[in-house]
Amino acid sequence: MAADAGVIETGPPIRRARLRLSGFFWRRPWLRAVGLLALPLAVFLVVYVGSLGVLFISSLWTSNSFTSTIEHTWTFANYRTIFSRAGPYLHIAGFTLEMAAVVTLTCAVLAFPLAFFMARLAGKRTRALFFVMVLLPLWSSYLVRLYAWQTILAHNGAINWALNGLGLPDQNLAYTNIAMWIVYTYVWLPFMVLPIYAALERIPDSYLEASADLGARGWRTFRSVILPLALPGVVAGSIFTFALTLGDYITPALIGGTNSDMIGTIVYQNFSTNLPFAAAFAVIPMAIMGAYLLIARRLGAFEAL
Amino acid sequence: MRRIPKRSRVTVVAVAAVTAALALVASGCGGGGGGGGGSTSASSGTTTTIGKGEGSLNVIEWPYYTYKSFAGPFEKQTGCIIHRKDAGTSQEMFALMHANGGGGGGQYDLVSASGDASLRLIDAGDVQPIDINQIPSWKEFLPVFKSPPHNTVDGKHYGVSVQWGPNTLIYNTQNVSPAPTGWDAIYGSKYKGKLTVPNNAIQIADAALYLMQTKPSLGIKDPYELTKDQLTAATQLLISQKPLLKRYWNYAADEIASFKNGDVSMGAGWPYQTLQLQGDKQPVKEIVPLPTTGWADTWMLAAKAPHPNCAMKWMQYVTTPKVEAQQAIVFGETPVNPLACPYMNKIQKGSCAAYHLNEPASYYNKIKFWKTPVPQCGWTTKQTCMDYNAWVQAWAQVTG
Repeated sequence: MAADAGVIETGPPIRRARLRLSGFFWRRPWLRAVGLLALPLAVFLVVYVGSLGVLFISSLWTSNSFTSTIEHTWTFANYRTIFSRAGPYLHIAGFTLEMAAVVTLTCAVLAFPLAFFMARLAGKRTRALFFVMVLLPLWSSYLVRLYAWQTILAHNGAINWALNGLGLPDQNLAYTNIAMWIVYTYVWLPFMVLPIYAALERIPDSYLEASADLGARGWRTFRSVILPLALPGVVAGSIFTFALTLGDYITPALIGGTNSDMIGTIVYQNFSTNLPFAAAFAVIPMAIMGAYLLIARRLGAFEAL
Repeated sequence: MRRIPKRSRVTVVAVAAVTAALALVASGCGGGGGGGGGSTSASSGTTTTIGKGEGSLNVIEWPYYTYKSFAGPFEKQTGCIIHRKDAGTSQEMFALMHANGGGGGGQYDLVSASGDASLRLIDAGDVQPIDINQIPSWKEFLPVFKSPPHNTVDGKHYGVSVQWGPNTLIYNTQNVSPAPTGWDAIYGSKYKGKLTVPNNAIQIADAALYLMQTKPSLGIKDPYELTKDQLTAATQLLISQKPLLKRYWNYAADEIASFKNGDVSMGAGWPYQTLQLQGDKQPVKEIVPLPTTGWADTWMLAAKAPHPNCAMKWMQYVTTPKVEAQQAIVFGETPVNPLACPYMNKIQKGSCAAYHLNEPASYYNKIKFWKTPVPQCGWTTKQTCMDYNAWVQAWAQVTG
């Protein structure tokens, strides 16, 4: 403190002022944090939290079926409609959850060996090649990839062409939930590979050597050392695949069949004429994601991001 | 017949009063007033000229509704350069018009709304009435399209009819034989897993129309005005149809793709899809089983149209016989102006008859044109009909 004061007293005026300022902030770390975070935090609060708040509030209003204008009377009617057993909405929410879970699981099963190879076995060039291959689909539009899948899965598309070539019968894959499962798994796979790769890459070689020194074979090392350390990566990836599936409405429209409505479909159908109901239904995946993130934090997913 | 929200009725009266006062001051000047778009009461009967074009016209349209081949001369004549925003569904159209404070957001002038969106736009206050006498061709229209209930409310014209078409039954001639004869083809199990219908709540009306024939005991009078029980019956029919379907199509292009890919052999659609498929040498034909549902489109003037004069000029231009014929052939639909008939035949021999423009009035009574379901049924004074939100929820019950 005394030494500080000495420096400030002796320098030229501008330098002195600057040092005094930095000293001022150094002594008050909280103020430093405020200075850094003020703008991003304001944006975060207004744009993110604010709009989520508005979403939730408007879900408690109703819409005039004539004019589609919002009527500001407080009611749980929208939620009652969603949770009524007679209506289709619980089933749709359940189906969406199911699809998200199955897609996440499939992505994890496919991504893990791929990420393992990239992180621990591949050489530098092979690894770069794999990175490009994993990320390549993201270079083209999501919509283009969906339409490409439409033609691949179609009755006279590539899959049936290949099956017929092998002497196998046609499969009715187009416009089914299985088609949606395949396409979701394809489009979200990169979002699972990358976090798992990051988690696996961080495991020090010395751990594996230590495991071997203690007499563990490959399988035992994998189960007791690699898997627990990679799990946060898997959970982090699952946050992406789960959330992305939960909110999507385009794949059900273009790839799905007659039983493929998801939460996003209903939100899309209602947002222009019955905004409060759409808002109420949009709250459901948020609540699900909230619960999911709490569990994910328990599993240490955020350390792997 | 239909309720107009109280506030807007007051506004209409106020606007009318102000317009009348202005007309006294500057009689003969007519039209051209900012938000009014040159609209005076339709009952005035006098033909007023529309003011100078503003140089620009922003439209929300079905693709090709302002296609260059017939819109080009208009742009040259009037100097109104058209800026297009294509919509894929009625839902998108309504959303675009309703965004940014509604009324077209001060950005859009016109919307080519179909009957399942037009009443919603009127009720939401997104469109404004026009003076129909400023559209000279209007007098030539087929009677059914002069003041149809989907664009004319309490005698006020919220735009001008432009084209229409029936909902048709499209089938693949190689996979479907014998050829279908009626709508029962998409409710029977013969082509299970090879059928498609539109993913649109208004599809409930098709089921209701079918029930009018097959189950008269339900007492359905109008397929767009359903009581709770009637809506439930239509929903039940659609749920029982679901296992027969390959998919619900969202965009016209989706249905075309499904036919091309061989995933679908028969389905409900529009002449547009049939023409596109036939243009691609697909073995496809369509029938129009009567009675059927149909759509009729209206060019509607946005409540906050920034270029009302150009908008009115477009409505004048697009309803003239020659342009009606050109648009009909481009899109594959039918004009509302029967004088278009010879022009159609000139462009494509026999097209006037092919598009049913030469049919007697009784033909049009068998086509139930789309209109937005509202609580006020036309056939009873009670508000016992199910509104559009109820239809959307019922539709979710079907597709979900």
